[in-house]
Amino acid sequence: MSGKDKRIYIGVDVGASRTKVAVLNADKKLIGHAIRKSGTDFRQTADICLVSALDMAGLTSENVKSVVSTGYGRKNVSFSNGTKTEIGCHAKAAYHYFPVAITVLDIGGQDNKVIRLDDRGMRINFKMNRKCAAGTGAFLEEMSLRLDIPLEEMDSLARMSTEMVELGSFCTVFSATEVLEKIRQGKKVPDIVKGLFFSVIKRILEMETMSGKVVMTGGVVAHNPYLVQMVREISKMDVNTPEHPQLAGAVGAALFAMEN
Amino acid sequence: MSEEKKADRKQFASGKLLKKIMADHFYELDEASRTGSKKVAWCTSVGPAELLRGMGFLVYFPENHGAMLGSTRMATELIPSANAIGYSPDICSYLTSDIGSYLQKKTPLTAAYNIQSVPKPDVLVFNTNQCRDVKDWFNWYAEEFKAPVMGIHTHRELGDIKNYQISDIAKQIEELVPGLEKVSGKKFDMDQFKQAVEYSRRTSELWRACLESASAIPSPWTFFDATIHMGPAVVARGTKEAVEYYEVLLAELQDRIRNKVGAIENEKHRIYWDGMPVWGKLRSLSDQFASLNTCVVASTYCNSWIFDLLDPKAPFESMGRAYLELFIVRDEDFKEKYMRDCFEKYKFTGIIFHDAKTCPNNSNNRYGLPERLSKHFGIPQLTINGDLNDMRCYSEEQAKTNIEAFIEQLEERA
Repeated sequence: MSGKDKRIYIGVDVGASRTKVAVLNADKKLIGHAIRKSGTDFRQTADICLVSALDMAGLTSENVKSVVSTGYGRKNVSFSNGTKTEIGCHAKAAYHYFPVAITVLDIGGQDNKVIRLDDRGMRINFKMNRKCAAGTGAFLEEMSLRLDIPLEEMDSLARMSTEMVELGSFCTVFSATEVLEKIRQGKKVPDIVKGLFFSVIKRILEMETMSGKVVMTGGVVAHNPYLVQMVREISKMDVNTPEHPQLAGAVGAALFAMEN
Repeated sequence: MSEEKKADRKQFASGKLLKKIMADHFYELDEASRTGSKKVAWCTSVGPAELLRGMGFLVYFPENHGAMLGSTRMATELIPSANAIGYSPDICSYLTSDIGSYLQKKTPLTAAYNIQSVPKPDVLVFNTNQCRDVKDWFNWYAEEFKAPVMGIHTHRELGDIKNYQISDIAKQIEELVPGLEKVSGKKFDMDQFKQAVEYSRRTSELWRACLESASAIPSPWTFFDATIHMGPAVVARGTKEAVEYYEVLLAELQDRIRNKVGAIENEKHRIYWDGMPVWGKLRSLSDQFASLNTCVVASTYCNSWIFDLLDPKAPFESMGRAYLELFIVRDEDFKEKYMRDCFEKYKFTGIIFHDAKTCPNNSNNRYGLPERLSKHFGIPQLTINGDLNDMRCYSEEQAKTNIEAFIEQLEERA
């Protein structure tokens, strides 16, 4: 942090599943953050996250210079000075950490994004998943419920796989039926879970061609880092993640706040 | 950039006349349907309306009713009734919502004009130049009303249009005459037919001029305005009233250009829209673009009612040519060139494709065209997924976020 400059910039990402707040100092360093279930009262959740993140940074709202909000609930943040889309924010953060031509793969709670950036960080194009949530965090959440496997155990289970089971269906509900069929056939749970991960990856890789370095962001990757390894193996590309992939949208919003 | 900003919508003085023409159209049809005072022909929106008018029919366009079902957001509730009798949710949602409307005995005409039902057809006449769905749609009603159905089967995927194709369509149109005479009980009158062709040609010329006024910077109107003002070009072409209407509208647009009045306050971005309107979200999309200082200046859709090749001196042949010239009938090479020409004319900085789930023929994003155009022009493109009428196929939040992100992308480049 440069000298006595205590000005801070806040990014708030009110996602479909989680609300994230990032606090950046004037040197663009992440000095505070918070993550919480978005719930039904976006405004209140954002307020609570802000208090936690400021607390972590050891600063108060007096130090806040500017706030930008993003995500589905971006219009519901009472203390925001402006909004940006999550597409813009994930791109901003990914380029901040990897300032070269990149393809950003963001796997969120209910949507996926592929954003291609040139070497100046300008968007070449972007795509979001269609209205179907296959291949998003919601897919893994649904499968975790159906298989009665805690979400947080899926990553380690997938890593134990020796013979991945491939699933063919697009539809989450039909995939669950397919999984039950595989269980009846005596397939091992780790192999099925890896198959679920593969299904998530397939959905996002088929959305767009990739170029340059690949940067993966979003909560699904944060909690299931094996997905990054799998993408690396499948794509044979240089696949990276920022230190806090789940905070990428919030960090991007804070970077925009700095430009305000 | 904030979407919350209140959009300033500039009203058209000609809107009053537009409402009157549309109301008169439906009242006249309703009267004829109830009393039998005149014969009613149902016609597809780019069907042979000139011939029907020339033969004294009042002409009703079920697709116009379909658009009303969409814009009043009645469609989504009606579609399942058609699905239940065997019409798939994956086919044209104009068809399914319109048949659903008939089955449920609900029509937007009631709220708008206190009319209880659509007019009964004495004859149904289609042209498959748009799609095969219109034929299936009319066949169902023909059976229901025990009315004769006839039509024109158009060549598809056309590159250069050949004389034999024009002759074929002209002949098919001419061959409708004896059947129509039988329904109307009147002898075909060539002079009356030529008059209808002349009115239609003039309507098309004026409609084209109205649409091309959007090449001005700032544009005097938007695609969303045009989707409303195209009403007479669809339902009243071939009449004097339509000609008079577009003279008034064109004068108003030219006046706006002279006074540098833009439809969008502080127009910063200009967009081309390909594909059908999302009828149920027209207002919401219009407001979103306005709040983002973005004018959707032109569209393939509104251009589809330009038939300026019509010529009263050769009415059948020129109808054959005019109805084959349509964008929707043409091959991919033609479509690409057409949109390149539009780029030169309207100077847009981005293209949005609407991939309508139930209308493949009007969804031009499916064979790599967005990517080819984007590469050729060096401008961004976006596809939004949705539908003309079935709002179950449209995720509003996703579409809005995509559009907002797209405008952010344009701002980065500005």
